[in-house]
Amino acid sequence: MSPQTAEPGDVLLSARGLAVHYPGRGSLLRRPAPVRAVDGVDLDVRRGETYGLVGESGCGKSTLGRALLRLTEPTAGSVVLDGVDLRSLRPEPLRRARRQMQMVFQDPMASLDPRMDVEAAVGEPLRAHGLATGRGERGRRVRELLGLVGLPASAATRYPHEFSGGQRQRIGIARALAVEPALVVADEPVSALDVSVQAQVLNLLEDLQTQLGLTYVLIAHDLAVVRHTSDRVGVMYLGGVVEEAESDDLYAQPLHPYTLSLMSAVPVPDPVVEDTRERILLTGDLPSPADPPSGCRFHTRCPFVQPTRCADERPALRELGLPGVGAPAARTGASPHRVACHWAEAVRDGQLRPNASAHDPAATQPV
Amino acid sequence: MALLEVRDLSISFPGGSGRGAALSKAVDGVSFDVEAGQVAGLVGESGSGKSVTSLAVMGLLPHTARVSGSASFDGRDLLAMPERELEGVRGRDVAMVFQDPMTSLNPVVTVGTQITEVLRRHTGASRRAARDEAGELLARVGIPAPVRRLREYPHQLSGGMRQRAMIAIALACSPRLLIADEPTTALDVTIQAQVLELMGELVRERGTAMLLITHDLGVVAGLCDTVTVMYSGRVVERADRHELFARPRHRYTSGLLASVPRLDAPRGQRLQPIPGTPRDVIGWDAGCAFAPRCSAADDACRGTELPLVQDPTASGRHLLRCAHPVPDHRPEDRPDQRADQRVGDQERSA
Repeated sequence: MSPQTAEPGDVLLSARGLAVHYPGRGSLLRRPAPVRAVDGVDLDVRRGETYGLVGESGCGKSTLGRALLRLTEPTAGSVVLDGVDLRSLRPEPLRRARRQMQMVFQDPMASLDPRMDVEAAVGEPLRAHGLATGRGERGRRVRELLGLVGLPASAATRYPHEFSGGQRQRIGIARALAVEPALVVADEPVSALDVSVQAQVLNLLEDLQTQLGLTYVLIAHDLAVVRHTSDRVGVMYLGGVVEEAESDDLYAQPLHPYTLSLMSAVPVPDPVVEDTRERILLTGDLPSPADPPSGCRFHTRCPFVQPTRCADERPALRELGLPGVGAPAARTGASPHRVACHWAEAVRDGQLRPNASAHDPAATQPV
Repeated sequence: MALLEVRDLSISFPGGSGRGAALSKAVDGVSFDVEAGQVAGLVGESGSGKSVTSLAVMGLLPHTARVSGSASFDGRDLLAMPERELEGVRGRDVAMVFQDPMTSLNPVVTVGTQITEVLRRHTGASRRAARDEAGELLARVGIPAPVRRLREYPHQLSGGMRQRAMIAIALACSPRLLIADEPTTALDVTIQAQVLELMGELVRERGTAMLLITHDLGVVAGLCDTVTVMYSGRVVERADRHELFARPRHRYTSGLLASVPRLDAPRGQRLQPIPGTPRDVIGWDAGCAFAPRCSAADDACRGTELPLVQDPTASGRHLLRCAHPVPDHRPEDRPDQRADQRVGDQERSA
């Protein structure tokens, strides 16, 4: 239970070959194709770090987050939390193991029972896990938790609708922290909040991590939020991780064409930057995860697509060093920069250029 | 004369039910211009009155709303126009794009019919001509296989395509003014980039005037020529975009800029949130509505009404409603916000 006793930097959560396939809809003559929401993800989250998962809607990041906690049953692969193989656990041991791993949801209004006051809502996980038994003891613990997330003790007797979005998210965080988990998976924790309030919740999460030694998996579509809060970032596209690196490395040198496009598309609140930056526009929409493209899943929209390999060979996530640094492992203390692209070196060294023009479909053909 | 001149627009809604119920003011004396070939940005958070403002200009508010002031489009006041006459303007001269295309497209009518309907009504085009034109419009907004898409229903299109179909409908009659209310908020960033590019092209190439309503400062920085910042129903600051982002002077504007994580800023810097929530306001007649959340607020901000005036230190036009503007031009260096962050982070409980 106590993360303090373990060596920092060791792996708390480890997933191998994790997949979630939902049964798809077929028709009379066609066999249903499974929807490959998550399709073979390897992931290591170290104790005390924040691992960011970023991607656009439909990329499978939320499903992956739920699968890590077995809230959604994976169809293949393994998840090991602190040495315990979660997928082998029977219901009761799994319920007990849940004390170690909690989730913070996007919309706290939807995840809080409107007829339960805050004391009951925050106290519920304590009761479920047999902690802080006795009403007086539980009430004391709830007030302590409210203080931790910056809410007054008087909030305990009030109901969810009486609070603003930011305050409700604080209640959701207090509820997640009630059982003293080692791991918190936060799925879009600030995207439903007003801009001026988002920073309050992000700072709170940061403070709580320092104070309690928490490990976070932060799921968000906003690359700026993920970069700000995460130590390491995994970029997802259509059910798979296409790039993984330390947050600073990823920003300094994005290697996967999808990451490049994503970064160039994020608006920056600075007209000088906006006027001068080069935007790599993608054509078309995300393909259906029920019928993913062959080879590299991004090749149908990739501005760097090549006539060979891209369409017929699925690239593995592989380690790539930075130019001039030598072998990838040479840099001490740094995490590897991994990318799933056949042409990552050529993209990095500028040998390949993106095919510009967003509106001309012909422009996406290889040059 | 600007194409759209909104003057002293005020909008109230009856607060409760029954006779004599109190009116709640959503918009209070707002004025702004939208020039042809330019994008005017209206920025604010929930409750700032930005969306209600756009609905009033389009004459789309419910009948219970009390509207005063004027919105003169090419010399004609849209607010005073009879409904019949307004119907001739809406869709033809002034078009609107909403945030959520799923709720603004008719789910049981094909995309093609929804576009041709506008063309046939306003241009009197024949069925066949309207059909051809609709196909061209879909192609123009970047929808692949437009002829096939014309026969499809909104649910068969992805979110990005639906929003592009909405834009195609808005563009059908080559409107002179396009009002876009959070047009890309529901879209993914890569799709957002496509849609913003398309709208920018429209303004540059056709000289369309655009009113862009958004909460996203990044979108504003990339697209808008002038920026009007609203807070709790009033304009608190206005300048052209370079001026506003380089020298934000209202503490709400600078606070917003300091609170959003930036993709290009060095990591490890703590965000500086604005304390409280947009709901913690006092009435404008009792001073500055932002005062309860403002680190610089004192007695000068309470008790007297603050006017919107030209910033004397600005070289160009820069309007400001603040008793204690940001003295330093770099908001991130403000010491008053850095001190005692833990307290600053707490939301007030109402």
